[in-house]
Amino acid sequence: MKQQNEERIFDIRDIRVTFDTPDGAVEAVRGVDMHVNAGETVAVVGESGSGKSQIMMASMGLLASNGSVSGSVSYRGQELIGLPRAKLNKIRGAKVTMIFQEPMTSLDPLYTIERQICEPIRVHGGLSAGAARKRALELLKLVHIPDPERRMKSYPHEMSGGQRQRVMIAMALANDPDLLIADEPTTALDVTIQAEILGLLAELQKKLGMAILFITHDLGIVEAFADRVYVMQKGLVVETGETADIFERPQEDYTRMLLAAEPEGHKPPVGNDQPILLDAKDVCVTFVVKGGFLSGPGYEVKAVQNVGLTLRAGQTIGIVGESGSGKSTLGRALLQLLPSEGRVVYQGTSIQGFDRAAMRPFRRNLQMVFQDPYGSLSPRMTVGEIITEGLLVHEPQLSARERDKRAIQALEEVGLDPSMRNRFPHEFSGGQRQRIAIARAVILKPTVIVLDEPTSALDRSVQKQIITLLRRIQESHNLSFIFISHDLSVVKALSDYAIVMRSGQVVEEGLTSDVFDNPQSDYTKDLMEAAFNLREVLHRQAAARA
Amino acid sequence: MLGYAVRRLLGAIPTLFLIVTFAFFLMRVAPGGPFDRERTLEAKVLENLNRVFHLDKPLWEQYFYYLGNLARGDLGPSFIYRDFSVQQLIGNGLPVSIQLGGMALLVALLIGSVLGSIAALRQNSWVDYSVIAVATFGITVPNFVVAPLLSLIFGVWLSLLPAGGWSSPESMVLPVITLALPQVAIIARLIRGSMIEALRSDHVRTARAYGLPTRMIVVVHALRAACLPVISYLGPAAAALLTGSVVVETIFGLPGIGRYFVQGALNRDYTLVMGTVIIIAVFVVVFNLIVDLLYAALDPRVRYD
Repeated sequence: MKQQNEERIFDIRDIRVTFDTPDGAVEAVRGVDMHVNAGETVAVVGESGSGKSQIMMASMGLLASNGSVSGSVSYRGQELIGLPRAKLNKIRGAKVTMIFQEPMTSLDPLYTIERQICEPIRVHGGLSAGAARKRALELLKLVHIPDPERRMKSYPHEMSGGQRQRVMIAMALANDPDLLIADEPTTALDVTIQAEILGLLAELQKKLGMAILFITHDLGIVEAFADRVYVMQKGLVVETGETADIFERPQEDYTRMLLAAEPEGHKPPVGNDQPILLDAKDVCVTFVVKGGFLSGPGYEVKAVQNVGLTLRAGQTIGIVGESGSGKSTLGRALLQLLPSEGRVVYQGTSIQGFDRAAMRPFRRNLQMVFQDPYGSLSPRMTVGEIITEGLLVHEPQLSARERDKRAIQALEEVGLDPSMRNRFPHEFSGGQRQRIAIARAVILKPTVIVLDEPTSALDRSVQKQIITLLRRIQESHNLSFIFISHDLSVVKALSDYAIVMRSGQVVEEGLTSDVFDNPQSDYTKDLMEAAFNLREVLHRQAAARA
Repeated sequence: MLGYAVRRLLGAIPTLFLIVTFAFFLMRVAPGGPFDRERTLEAKVLENLNRVFHLDKPLWEQYFYYLGNLARGDLGPSFIYRDFSVQQLIGNGLPVSIQLGGMALLVALLIGSVLGSIAALRQNSWVDYSVIAVATFGITVPNFVVAPLLSLIFGVWLSLLPAGGWSSPESMVLPVITLALPQVAIIARLIRGSMIEALRSDHVRTARAYGLPTRMIVVVHALRAACLPVISYLGPAAAALLTGSVVVETIFGLPGIGRYFVQGALNRDYTLVMGTVIIIAVFVVVFNLIVDLLYAALDPRVRYD
């Protein structure tokens, strides 16, 4: 990808972004220099809150109304900060374009794809409706949207996330930009789709020669994709250099920490002599979309089809799959949180089809931790109340003092300061909240915890801490985990047995080491490649095009 | 879509039937009758009146008699406005109410959405605050205060507009304003809220990032999204406006149907009350259907089939 001449097209000098909040001014970006040369691919990498996106928003005049920016951003010598909107509008969307993280919401749900691609073409290029339509069709072909003629008439909700991101890319390319700013464009996508989108960007860059400024938290993407990197932390650039240099010889502690933040370790398999805790056979979950007098005939969605698993004491079964594979649905069906068919046996008792009341005595043994640490804790209860709530049901004989003692123990166990138990969830960070959620499960002394994407909303470095925590409590309590995740590296590090799901069915299963190191099915192979060997995948895609 | 509309209208028949039944019996359990006067009528006269209007029959028989007439489209004679059938009364009054309500609705929509949009675009500025202040005023001050006040100022003191009546276009101004004022306020607030949300949405950010002119962003991308919650509100609001307002009609002396509902109820004019109840119910059903169809037309994610 090294074809750039040294012509600087985008130059950011001492940019500072401040947000005026009810708690006072918050400096999100504290004096950053950054530049992009023509045709180059530059990555800005950092964890959430590092200010990496806000630099781009400020440069393009897209800051929220309480944000203000100082410093200088110039595009080919034209200063963008403070530029009147009419002039800025000549540059953004034409010469400098953006794609965003959320392909689901970045397109207007009320208009067709055609209309949305044509708008910037007509505004900037002054083309007639017919000519703009022709150009839009060309662009959809360029980004490899299947059946582009028909897709022109589609609305965003009729397309998948990957396709919507392709549409965004088509919009970005419409006016032959010099620079494409991509703000976490693949974060919301599955790994195989991510590889496709990155491959497409690389292909288009080669074909059209624009520079790409790529904002991401994912070092795997940076390594596979970028020529040069800026590492950001807390509003500052801590290190910058050629990608290879940064990855091989990181100078700063923070960079080293980021590079080391990939989950590591593995879990040895448990012996077949360990008692079976949870045994599931032929689990099926069917969602019936009801028909009726006013809505026409109903239909069924088979979310989980004939899936079985056997969980032994101390074991961690990892369930991996992309969105819509049915992995979370399976987790909920196992705990009888939604109606299912099949057979689920917990320690010799068939709990299949148990209703709420019948499940209650089992609930303390079968706990669950959810993905969203923001939504799954009641904002109106203190942390102490949240984690001891289960005790009120399962150990009602405890006095308030004893419950408080248990809360202190549980918080210490998950590495939180027990003196914070009278605070409310919003006062904690995402990682801390996930610790609270784990404490809430552990306090009941369960035997099985179903963890549904517990690390997906967290930064890599925080993920690593949570993984260490889960390992520790698993050992100290001989817990069994069912670990549901789309993140293969986390599953690889934590589980000893892995199940790969796709479209509600098991594609492959076996010991984690076997599934990850020697995958048998094509789908698993693709998944592993896209997750662990992105660079290779992109090279292969490029070679296939050449 | 057409099939859906037909199904919805068919689905409304049982609803209307229930409303008619409920209203019929509720009306009859209220004490008093249509011919109660300060000076009681002679027993013979009362008996004759009751016979003429079938009030001497058992209640269930009267109910089926009414239903039978209703099925033939006959709403019966008014008990109080002698010489008029309920159809005639409603037929004369409804066009006035629809005209008045329709204009008020139109005015409210135009002014409300413009004010709301401006407030949203200038959020937290003095423009925004003044719109909110006017809106709060419009909602809190009742129309029985606004109507005489307007009538007094523009009709009596300034003599610019007629203080009442329904004869010339000028005479419509004050009633329309009175009726529209609270609606302007509600619509402005609704539009402001949803517009602020729309302006913050990701797709509006996309439109900005692509250098689209502000006018286009606001009108094409933000306003259409912001209209959706207003449309939900408009269904019941339109039904209420078009079926007349007692206060406005009474104060400005307008021949609409709004006052029939109250007068009819007070006079125990059974058939007239039933007639207005049916008209209002039909309007509510129809406007809710229109809202749902409009919603589908504006939001491609909503589909009926």
